[in-house]
Amino acid sequence: MVTTTKGMWGGVIAKRPIAPTGVLGWLFTIDHKRIGILYGVTAFILFLLGGIEALLIRLQLTSANADIISPELYNQLFTMHGTTMIFMVIMPMSAAFFNFIVPLMIGARDVAFPRLNAFSYWTFLFGAILMNVSFLAGGAPAVGWFAYSPLTSIQFSLGSGVDFWILGLLVLGVASLAAGFNFIVTIVNMRAPGMSMMRLPIFIWMTLVVNFLIILAFPIITVALILLLFDRQFGTTFFEVTSGGDPLLWQHLFWAFGHPEVYILILPAMGIVSEVIPVFSKKPLFGYSTMVLAGILIGFMGWGVWSHHMFTVGLGPTANAAFSLTTMFIAVPTGIKIFNWLGTMWGGSISFTTPMLFAIGFIAMFTIGGMSGVMHAVAPSDFQQSDTYFVVAHIHYVLFGGALFGVFSGIYYWWPKITGKILNEMLGKISFWLFFIGMNLTFFPMHFVGLDGMPRRIYTYSEGMGWDLWNAVSTVGVFVIGLGILVFMQNVWYTRRKGKQAGSDPWDGRTLEWSIPSPPPEYNFVEIPNVDGRDAFWSQKYFEGPDGKPTKIVEENAPIKTHSDDHDIHLPTPSYYPVLVALGVTLIAAGLLSHLFFSVTGGVLTFVSVLGWALEPPTAPADDGDHRAGAY
Amino acid sequence: MVRLPSFRSCCIVSLLIGVVLLVACNSSSPQSTFDAAGPVAREQLRLFWVIFWAAMIVFALVMAVLIYSMIRFRRRSVDDLPKQVHGNTALEVVWTVVPIILLIGIGIMTVRTLFALDTPPSSDPLRVEVWAHQWWFEAAYPDYSITTANEIYIPVDRDVSVKLQSTDVLHSFWVPKLAGKTDVVPGRVNKQWFRAEEEGVFYGQCAEFCGTAHALMKFRVIAVSEPEFNLWLDQQRLPVMAPTDLAATGASVFNAKGCIVCHSVGGPDSNEIRESRNAAFFAGQMVSHGPNLTHFGSRDVFAGAILEVNEENLKNWLKDPEGLKPGNRMSSLAGAFNDPALELTKSDIDALVAYLLSLE
Repeated sequence: MVTTTKGMWGGVIAKRPIAPTGVLGWLFTIDHKRIGILYGVTAFILFLLGGIEALLIRLQLTSANADIISPELYNQLFTMHGTTMIFMVIMPMSAAFFNFIVPLMIGARDVAFPRLNAFSYWTFLFGAILMNVSFLAGGAPAVGWFAYSPLTSIQFSLGSGVDFWILGLLVLGVASLAAGFNFIVTIVNMRAPGMSMMRLPIFIWMTLVVNFLIILAFPIITVALILLLFDRQFGTTFFEVTSGGDPLLWQHLFWAFGHPEVYILILPAMGIVSEVIPVFSKKPLFGYSTMVLAGILIGFMGWGVWSHHMFTVGLGPTANAAFSLTTMFIAVPTGIKIFNWLGTMWGGSISFTTPMLFAIGFIAMFTIGGMSGVMHAVAPSDFQQSDTYFVVAHIHYVLFGGALFGVFSGIYYWWPKITGKILNEMLGKISFWLFFIGMNLTFFPMHFVGLDGMPRRIYTYSEGMGWDLWNAVSTVGVFVIGLGILVFMQNVWYTRRKGKQAGSDPWDGRTLEWSIPSPPPEYNFVEIPNVDGRDAFWSQKYFEGPDGKPTKIVEENAPIKTHSDDHDIHLPTPSYYPVLVALGVTLIAAGLLSHLFFSVTGGVLTFVSVLGWALEPPTAPADDGDHRAGAY
Repeated sequence: MVRLPSFRSCCIVSLLIGVVLLVACNSSSPQSTFDAAGPVAREQLRLFWVIFWAAMIVFALVMAVLIYSMIRFRRRSVDDLPKQVHGNTALEVVWTVVPIILLIGIGIMTVRTLFALDTPPSSDPLRVEVWAHQWWFEAAYPDYSITTANEIYIPVDRDVSVKLQSTDVLHSFWVPKLAGKTDVVPGRVNKQWFRAEEEGVFYGQCAEFCGTAHALMKFRVIAVSEPEFNLWLDQQRLPVMAPTDLAATGASVFNAKGCIVCHSVGGPDSNEIRESRNAAFFAGQMVSHGPNLTHFGSRDVFAGAILEVNEENLKNWLKDPEGLKPGNRMSSLAGAFNDPALELTKSDIDALVAYLLSLE
């Protein structure tokens, strides 16, 4: 049921939802926690989809001359696997944590722009749907997730697959940009009193860096995509050689976005791991300031390395030398991070819970990915490795063993906070080992076949190349990973029904989110906490003696110091408009692919909804904004 | 109290890991990068080993500290509360500076190798012009008026300078045992050089995704002795012999069914031919630049080096090119496979195969 009220403009078009329940509650919610859950669930479903694509790719490559899927479909699958995992799985998984955790960690009641936040999610969802509809509408894009020109030109990619890819990414980009601004403003402006920048948890710092990268990198890909769209639809010649265009322009634009994008994918995981390791080592993060600095440095240096993706395109030895050197030196801040995690564990009291196992797995796997990364930085050596399976091994050690292990560490770590119940540890550990063994079985042999000369993106290979054995091993590995995912899903199901209640602070946490009930109430904090140091919640629980030994403060669960502002809790009212604007924007894009009628409809819908949104007050007049007894 | 794993034990661990990796990589693979047959690939491999061992040592060190910590510092009791160490400036400086020094060393070697390998040492290399097409490589010898496809003959111990051009999309020219890859970019002229120091057939493959049949775009570099190479040159420059019997029938089928529109026989392809066919393709006509078939019978492989030249393979190819090489231009453009009036009969195919094999 929807309780409604008459807003100003909002009331003219539709009555405003005050406290909707059920499906409508999720549709119109602007609560950062619910939006975080929506992000997480959607990204997980897309993770399964991208995983099935990977499974089909591996099946085709199991043995020489296999004939399981056609080359056309194979090329679509590897394009969509990359696009899905990067833009629709790892990024939104990170966004799920940004949404749920950031306000809790900084002691805020919501993000800075709750309705914009809802808009980001719905735009992401609709963009993901639009992109995947291409499978049903005459074929998905088959040009690789990097979509190198001129293969993307109308001459070489006749179908609408590439157009779906362009418009899908443009829509997804809108979602990322809106979220990027939102989280920057949230982190800068919504911190609890006393939480200065150098007291921010590292996860918040990494979130801040990532969102700066997003708002600076996505405009570049947006420009590139629009140039490509114009080339395909309106006959411009930005990348058209015969008319003086340059296909390398695409590569420069794409990687000027694409390399920062790599850090957009990995830095959130580094942030998560930096929260998990201290908690389960019962020690503060080693070298907090250098960790912050290293994260910022990685963010900065990420802008100066893009041409290492282009070592073989013929830029000449001078350019290659310059980009070799800049790339190598990214290993320095990355190394600092790894050493600091080791320093955190050193001398600690380490408990091997599932989140900690994933975090330790992250360190080991990411180190391997980092090492092969330095090998790629050495251009002459990379001339052999570039575009072979060695690179496939490298990116999967970084993105699967790195980013995804970080995400799963975060899932197991924050699950009790999000749902109130702890995921089963036994099943959790089984799934970790299946992931760990499976990923090494899948991706390690790719180093071998790559160095034995197997190029990427080939749908078949002949006998006698010496690649059969390790390809078969890789395929077995994928099934082990798949089993790990099934065990994780079983765990979620089991925990939902029979899971242990978590209480507010199951891990003896160090940061503010553990100071409030699990799951948190809609308003998060009854009173905004007052922060007087790093590890804001830990310092409320433990007293650190002069010898550095902590002593538990006697009163059990001593209440955190709060900042009393003598105000009621005001929360913004749910709204129809975010989902409507998102729908309108997506319809505009979908219309360009089908019939202009939809574009016009989408345009009108967007215009009216934006107007309604602008004129709608944050809190409905009939709503006192106090949802303490609400339906959450 | 706590002893760090010694440098020696780290070296032993890294050696062990390294040996396992070595065994796993297979230098008998025809595209193995571990089996360099010339100076360019060898220098690239040498640099690979340098960073490989450096990386192994760092990795073993990180793993040793990680595993040691996991065992030594595991939680023994619930109330175990360790000293709250927030950092150690000296240590942090060390693990910032040491990698920088290591990377400066690798950086110097990288830059030197880059410039050293940029141009061939010889002032008179064999010049080869390679044109990449969807999905085959064409090779021309501008100094000898020869055009061939899928196979590049070179003499051993002589520098070869390859000029790389594309007529359609991006490709990448890669013969792992001779040199790392160089992309072939439309609108640009890229260069690569290599030298084979032993005779042999070196496998190459396109390494940049270029569309449907990317996996089937291979080629071979055949390094032979100087006299043998000269013999090959002479033979390739002989005029085409007039076909007889069945081959003569094949020659007329070749003209009548329109094969001649895309394939030249009887001399090298000039740039004008290449460009005019390409322009026609971009204008939407049923034309594309196909492999030059002069002396086709002397070649070992065809169709992007995926099939050996023999009667059976050729017949199967002319029967169903799409089935053997999905997406290829011949099956989508050639009249013989699209226009019912030009369809090849069984006897046409027999005659064509005889004709092609006669082109020695």
